[in-house]
Formats: sequence, structure tokens, C-alpha cells
Amino acid sequence: MVQAVTPYQEAVDIVKEAGGEAFKLCYQCGLCSGTCPWNLVRSFIVRRLMHETQLGVVDFEDEDIWLCATCNACVSVCPRGVEIIDVMKSLRNVVAEVGAAKVPDSLRITTKTISAAGNPQGEDREKRGEWAENAGVKPFTQDSELLYFSCCVPAYDPKVRRIALATSSILQNVGVTFGILGAKESCCGESVRKAGNETIFQGLAEDNIKAFEESGVKKILVSSPHCYHTFKNEYPELGGNFEVVHSTQYLAELIRDGKLKFSKEINKKVAYHDPCYLGRHNNIYDEPREVLKSIPGLELIELPDNREQALCCGGGGGRIWMETKKEERFSDIRLEQALEVGADILVIACPYCMLNFDDSVLTMGKSDVIEIKDITELVQEAI
Amino acid sequence: MEDIRIGVYICHCGLNIASVVDVEEVAKYASTLDSVVVSRDYKFMCSDPGQDLIKSDIKEHNLNRVIVASCSPRMHESTFRKACAAADLNPYLYEMANIREACSWVHEDKELATAKAKDLVRAAVRRVKLQEPLEVREIPFNPNTLIVGGGVAGIQAALEIADAEHKVYLVEKDPSIGGHMIQLDKTFPTLDCSQCILTPKMAAVGSHPYIELMTYSEVEEVTGFVGNFNVKIRKKARYVKEEECNGCGMCWEKCPWKAPSEYEVGMAERKAIYTPFAQAVPNIPVIDRDYCAYFLKGKCRACEKFCERNAIDFEQVDRFVDIEVGSVILATGYDLFDSSIIPQYGYKTYDNVFTGLEFERMSSATGPTGGEICLRDGREPESVAIVHCVGSRDQNYNEYCSRVCCMYGLKTAHLVKDKTNAEVYEIYIDMRCFGEGYEEFYKRVCDEGVTFIRGKVAKVTDRTIGDEEPGKLIVVVEDSLIGSVMRLPVDMVVLCPALQSRADSEDLARKFVINRRGDGFFLERHVKLDPVTTPTDGILIAGCCQGPKDIPDSVAQGAAAAARALSMISKGKVTLEAAVSHVNTDLCIGCGRCEEVCPFNAPKVSMDGGPLPVSSVNEALCKGCGSCAVACPTGAITIWHFKPEQILSMVDALAEVQQ
Repeated sequence: MVQAVTPYQEAVDIVKEAGGEAFKLCYQCGLCSGTCPWNLVRSFIVRRLMHETQLGVVDFEDEDIWLCATCNACVSVCPRGVEIIDVMKSLRNVVAEVGAAKVPDSLRITTKTISAAGNPQGEDREKRGEWAENAGVKPFTQDSELLYFSCCVPAYDPKVRRIALATSSILQNVGVTFGILGAKESCCGESVRKAGNETIFQGLAEDNIKAFEESGVKKILVSSPHCYHTFKNEYPELGGNFEVVHSTQYLAELIRDGKLKFSKEINKKVAYHDPCYLGRHNNIYDEPREVLKSIPGLELIELPDNREQALCCGGGGGRIWMETKKEERFSDIRLEQALEVGADILVIACPYCMLNFDDSVLTMGKSDVIEIKDITELVQEAI
Repeated sequence: MEDIRIGVYICHCGLNIASVVDVEEVAKYASTLDSVVVSRDYKFMCSDPGQDLIKSDIKEHNLNRVIVASCSPRMHESTFRKACAAADLNPYLYEMANIREACSWVHEDKELATAKAKDLVRAAVRRVKLQEPLEVREIPFNPNTLIVGGGVAGIQAALEIADAEHKVYLVEKDPSIGGHMIQLDKTFPTLDCSQCILTPKMAAVGSHPYIELMTYSEVEEVTGFVGNFNVKIRKKARYVKEEECNGCGMCWEKCPWKAPSEYEVGMAERKAIYTPFAQAVPNIPVIDRDYCAYFLKGKCRACEKFCERNAIDFEQVDRFVDIEVGSVILATGYDLFDSSIIPQYGYKTYDNVFTGLEFERMSSATGPTGGEICLRDGREPESVAIVHCVGSRDQNYNEYCSRVCCMYGLKTAHLVKDKTNAEVYEIYIDMRCFGEGYEEFYKRVCDEGVTFIRGKVAKVTDRTIGDEEPGKLIVVVEDSLIGSVMRLPVDMVVLCPALQSRADSEDLARKFVINRRGDGFFLERHVKLDPVTTPTDGILIAGCCQGPKDIPDSVAQGAAAAARALSMISKGKVTLEAAVSHVNTDLCIGCGRCEEVCPFNAPKVSMDGGPLPVSSVNEALCKGCGSCAVACPTGAITIWHFKPEQILSMVDALAEVQQ
């Protein structure tokens, strides 16, 4: 059957209106498909999706729309500067908010939960600060230098809580006055927005901005590169202007200023995994390595694909809330890379990465040969 | 006071103007203006009958001012000035009102556009009344030509001019002429040997009585103006007396010190005293101080001992030569994009990733492998991938298409097929085969069994997965025609890097007072109609310094630039624009602001025999841009034909509210 080639202008207009103007420049070279990590595990032809968007013949029922982990690998090499993630975001928006098709169940339920509870786990708001109670972490006051924003995952997930505990312990050790906003905090909304739920994102962002402003927050320390990205690059659109610093940046600064000193050796081979939202999205590659190199005894080794070409863990763009088939998990491939270079520890700097890699270690049965640690955990151990 | 008699002509420009502006109405309006004696509208004022209208009216109505309301002065000012001059009216008593680019082309509302055209005509009428007759001057044109760059474009230009028996200075920064072309093996699409077709031209340059060849030399300083440039050339120390050396080669044979050969793109070595290649013109070596043991450690001098002609001179220093020329042709070529900037292509990481130029040397009979296509370990490749658009058509590197890569990529495929049994993959985004015999060559290469894959290569890696054969290079690319990401295992990858503007092109542009485009290449006066001249009179450009191009186009431009130089030589004189800057020395305080702001180095502050410093303007250099007049704090500077009262009369006219 011959398909009508007349561009379906309405579909194009809907995508455009949802913020995806960028597809017009695409000249169909396919570099995005060749660069996309999905093609290591299954076919995902990004280029075709761009062309379907140009022609207005996108199949909104197709699960391909939900694959993109927004890792930015394609965007950073695109020869025409097409903001492919923006296009993905708007295609999803057409499904999620215009109702062109059905949102995958797990994602639909999670976003609904976030919208209602302010966190993806559906936990009680009042319990957000519970992790801090026995750690001597105080609520944020006007006198605090820093707001520590842990991200929902370390706040509620007992397995990932160690990131928040290590970070707060280091802050206490160097004598920084800081606090948390606990029940007043909501999910940052970064992944919600990438999943196409612009309205929910705006609501979350407005709640956070209001809470930060009312509490007199000037500077925010974050554990998640996703919180970092949206606070720093997206909240200003909505009038929220705060100084934002990721834990790896903050640690590097403390070490440079001589405020953080190590007394113990960590005699391990450590590989660092660049989180997409720290590296490719925000160009932070050196600080985490600087921190690791300054830990006595630690041998820093590089993974095969590192820095600008780092392989994504698979958790961005809302994928963290969606089920990925066992044989299609990027984190499994990444873990194999870490084992191949002989790492004792795979160090991460993102709670989503921790969820995915912890899972890979368990499902691949590798807990006796490799550990997954957040960079703050290693620092805390070496103090 | 003279009786002002103005003729106004409103051009329809076909429908370009007439479809938006009511030309008849404008002509009728113009006839009502003070001092207008004749007012007409006509279909094409620039046509012969249009010009004849002006000429006959000047005679018949005794006109002493003429206005044509039509296109921009850049298009037709000179046409109408000539028409006036032909009728014995001083051309500076002519004025142009631009009702096309500045009116009909940019407005849709006919009524408002017509009103605006009337305003523009009224302003021109006020101005033309105050215009004064000016006289152009002529000065002699120096018939010598400087050509910078001894690649194929520069060589072609030099031979064209020298064959017409006019003196050429050919300056080349390297020890030999030949440029990039002399490094190539076979040339597309005819597959003739690059060296075979270029060396006769190089030899002709070397022995031509009208060409003074200055190799290993660079332009140091340029002063003067069209017809009369003074250029200082730095002749870099060769440490070899050119007049004594007979090129016997004993010195480089005996020299024990080695360096990577530039000519072989680092794939072979040369000696510390060397000529770049066997057919070098001139066949006179240079000593590379960075590798010569005498310069590094104070001993050796083997070359000196073996030179029978006593031509080695370790005491030689750079020399400066001043030459005088009427015009300059810049033919400085291109640099190749550094492929290692794209780390995912593995150039300099993997041994068997080559650039197109490295492949040329490998394939050349005179190259490091004697023309054999082989991997770094000497094996013949079983499979070769040719990667197009490396650093071209990519906004992260160079947005433009480099124009030659598709064709030399095809030629590379052909040579691999011809010399080996390898499978060849040509990986392209779009095939651009536009020249004579190019599409036919594309078809021929298809017929030879080359596999074409449409897509931009994402990655070259030695990390094999699954049952992929270890030791291969894996080329990752989406074949966009079938919509599938492929991993192609190959032994050799040949990258086709972009052609870029020379790293020193900014410096050269400054020396010759010309401009560069956003992409770094030299800007031509008009991209279509004047491709080998620049806005600076007397400075011409040819070949890849103007933009990437193949050999036929470079040769054509070299010849075209030569033709432009020869036409100026043939005329023998330069006409100087009369609308230039003029200093009233009574008002000038010699502050030098004019010197600072002038982009053409026209004003000079000097004592000029008087008690105080004052500025004077070299009219040959002045372009009448008016920068100095604006900068002058005392109002001492006037631009003829653009006097304040002339400009202000237009402003006043435009400011009047019309009913």
C-alpha cells in the first residue's frame, strides 16, 4: 500500500506546540541511531522517528516513543544541532497530555503518584526527612549555609539512603552549617518533564521554588545530577534562581581549599561511571575524578567508554520507573565493562545509577567481585 | 547661481518595482518638484533605449542634473553615470534613488510603497541640486604581479601571466612549489596521475624567464594600493646558497639525521637537509634547524663536507626583499581538518585508521609503500571502509560541504578495488558528483562492486562483541536506507576530512586588507558574478583559499584571476574614485583619529613642511567610506560627494510631512 506522503500538518503542529521545533533541521544521516545505546541491545531508529515527525506520520502507539533515556549522546554529536531530546519530550507530551495514545502503565502510575504525593514511591510527605533523624541532620534555617536536597530516592529508598547519610556525614565533618526542608520538598520533576508531563513538572517546580524562597534558600547542594540539571537549567525559566552545586563539585572544592583531609587509605581499583546528567548534560567530568584521585591508595581506572562517550545506565527520561527487559539493560553492559577493566568498585554519582547498578550486580550475581558506591561513600570512608 | 535643470526617470524594472509602486504616479509627482524639467517612467532604464532617453533629454532639455529612481547604486550607478558622461554631463551630477531594494522588494502595501518612493525621489531631487562636478584621476599601473602560494591555482595563474610576458613573483612558504596536488596519487574522475600532469607545469614555472620564484618565503608586509603595491618578502634562511647548489643530492644522501616527512604526511622520514620530494622545484634543499645536529649540538656538518660546490652556509640568515607590483593573487590553499578532534573515529588511536591524504601517499608509486595498499603491519586489507563527511556538513566542526570528498572517496574505493581483493564500503550521507564525468565515475565504481551504505558513521572501535572477529575495526553506522544500525568489521578505515581555511588566513587577510567569511575562507567581491576579486582593488583570490574546490575549479580560478590581473596590466592605469576624503588643513589639529579609524590606511598625519602636524589623505587608498569624517573632532574632513549639506538636504526632505 502506498502511504500518503502529504505531511500531516496537524500532527507536526501538535509536536511543534509541545516544544519540539527542532526536528526541521534533521537531514537524516542516522548518526543519532548509530550513537544511541539502545542499538547495543535492540533496534531503535531515532532517525526514522525524526523523519516521521517531519512528515507528521508518527505512530503514537509505538513503544519506541518511550525508549529514549535522554542520555544526550545523540544530541551532543548531531551535525545539525537537532535537540532530539526536546522532540522526544514533545512526542511524549502529545501522548501524555493531548491524549494521542496510552502512556505505558508503570510510567502513568508513577507520574500520577508523584503528582499526588510529591515523590515517585508514593510515600508520606511527612516521612521525607526520616532518614536524617538519627544522623543529627537539622531542618534548614535562615542561618544554614546550604540546603541539602537529597533527591526522593535516597530520602525514601532504604538501599540508596547511604548516599544521603554519607553526604551529610561529610558536611558535618567539615563543619558546614546545612539543613534539609523535609516535608516541604517535592520531587524535582526533571524526569517527569522528560516523560512528557509538562503540567505536573511545572507544579512540582513551583512548589519547590516556593518552599526554597520562603525558607530563604540561596545555595542548594544536590546528590542527583537530575535535580542539578533542572534546578540549574530549568527552574530559572519559572523564576527560581538558586546557586546549585552537585556533591562532586562541592567535594572537589573542599579538597582544593584544604577543608577536607583524608586519614585512611582505600587500596582499591575504582572505575568511575559518568552519569549522563552530570557529564554530557552539564559538562562535569573533571571534579569527580579530581576527588577520587585525591583519596590515598585509590587507583582510578577508566571504563572503555568514558567522559563524553560514557554509556548511559538506562535510568534517565523516566526509564527509571519503567520495566526494562533483563537482556536490554545498559547497566548490565556497563557493569561488564567495569569487570573487564578489573574494577573492585564501580563508583557512581547519581541515585538512579545506583538503583540500576545495584540491580545489575544482584541479577548478574556479581556481588562478590564488585561493589557499587556513591562517590560520597568512598570519601566518607577515607576521612 | 546656475539654473538647475533636473531630469527624473522612474524605472519599472519589469514588474520588480512596478508591481508594488505606482511608477506613473511617482513620475507625475516628481514633475511637480522644484527644478525638475523632465520626469518620465520607463520599463527598463538600464536598457539601451532607457539610457538613450537620458542622453537625448540632456541635450534636448539642457539638463544639468539627472536622477534615476531604480535599483541600488551597486547595481547600476556606474551604468547611469556613464550615460551622463556620454552626453557630456559630469557623472557626479547624477543621483540614484533606490526604490527597488529599499522599497518595492520590502513592502507589500502599494499605497504606502508609492508614498515612500515619492519621498525617496524628493530627497534625491534636493540632494542632486547641491551636487558638484568632480574629476576622476588616473595613475600608472605597475605591470608586475605577486602570486602568493605555489599550488595548482597559483601555478596556473603564474604561467598565464608570465606567458603573456609580464613579470610574476611567485612566493611559496614551503621549500618547493606543488601544493597539495603534488601529494595526490590518481585524480578523479579521469584517473590521471597527479604528479604526471602537475610536474610539467612546475618545471615550466621553475624555468620561466618571466617568473621569479621565491620558495621558502613568506609575505611580511604590504603597503600601497592597486597598481602600486610595495611588498616585503621574507626569504627564510635555507642554509644553502641557491646560486651555488646544483641539486646533486649528495648532502641529503650523507646527512645522518632524520625527521618525519611533511610530504609523506609523517608516514616516512626525510633527512634534516632535504627537498620535500624528488621532483621538487626548485631542486634546492633546506636545512631543518629542529633536526640538524649542527644546530642542535654544534657538530656534524656532514653536508658541508660532502658538498662539492661549497653551497652549504650555516651562517645564512633570513633576508628581506622589497618588490613592487600592481596586483596580487592570493592562492594559499587549505588545511586539512584534524580528524583526531572527533575521538569516536579513532584516528591516531587505531593504527589502521588513515586520512584520505595518507591514503594518497600510500597509493602513490613514489610513496612510503611504493603504491601498495597495506595495513601498518604490511598485510593487505581484506576489507576497507571509506568514511565521508569527517568534519564537514557538521555544525560541531564545519557546516559546509567540502566538495571533493565524495569524489576522492569514490577514487579511493576504485584504487582499493584495483590493487587488492578487499571488500570496500563507501559510507556516505549524500553523494555529490556534479562535475564533468563525475556521475559516470560513480556508476563505474558501483559496477566495480563497491558496497554503498547511506549514513553518518557513529563510531570506529576495536571492541568486538559476540562472534565478531577480534583484531578488526568495527564501524558502527545506521544504514538509513534500510533503517538498521550496522557493525561492519573492516581492516582499514579511510577518513575523508574536511578542507578548512588556512590557520594563518586571518593574519594574511589583515596584511592584504581583505575579509574572510564566517567559515574562515577569503571573501570574494560577489559570490556568483565576481568570484576571484575581493572588495580591495588589486587583490585577487584563486583556488581553495576562497573555499573548498577540486582541481578543475582551482585551475579555472587561477586562470580567471590571471585574466583579471592581465586586464589591469593591459589598461596600464588605475582610475581613482573622486568621492574620497579631503582634509581642510586650516581646521586639522593633527590629532590622528582619522589614521586610527581608517581601515585602508589612507590618512597620514605629518608635518608636511608646515609648523604643525596635519593629516593628508592618499586618494588612491581612500574608498570614501567616511569613517574619518565621522571621527574627526574638528570637522576638518569632508568626503567629496557626501558633504554634510548634501546629506542633510535629504534628511530635511524626508522629514517633511506630506499631505
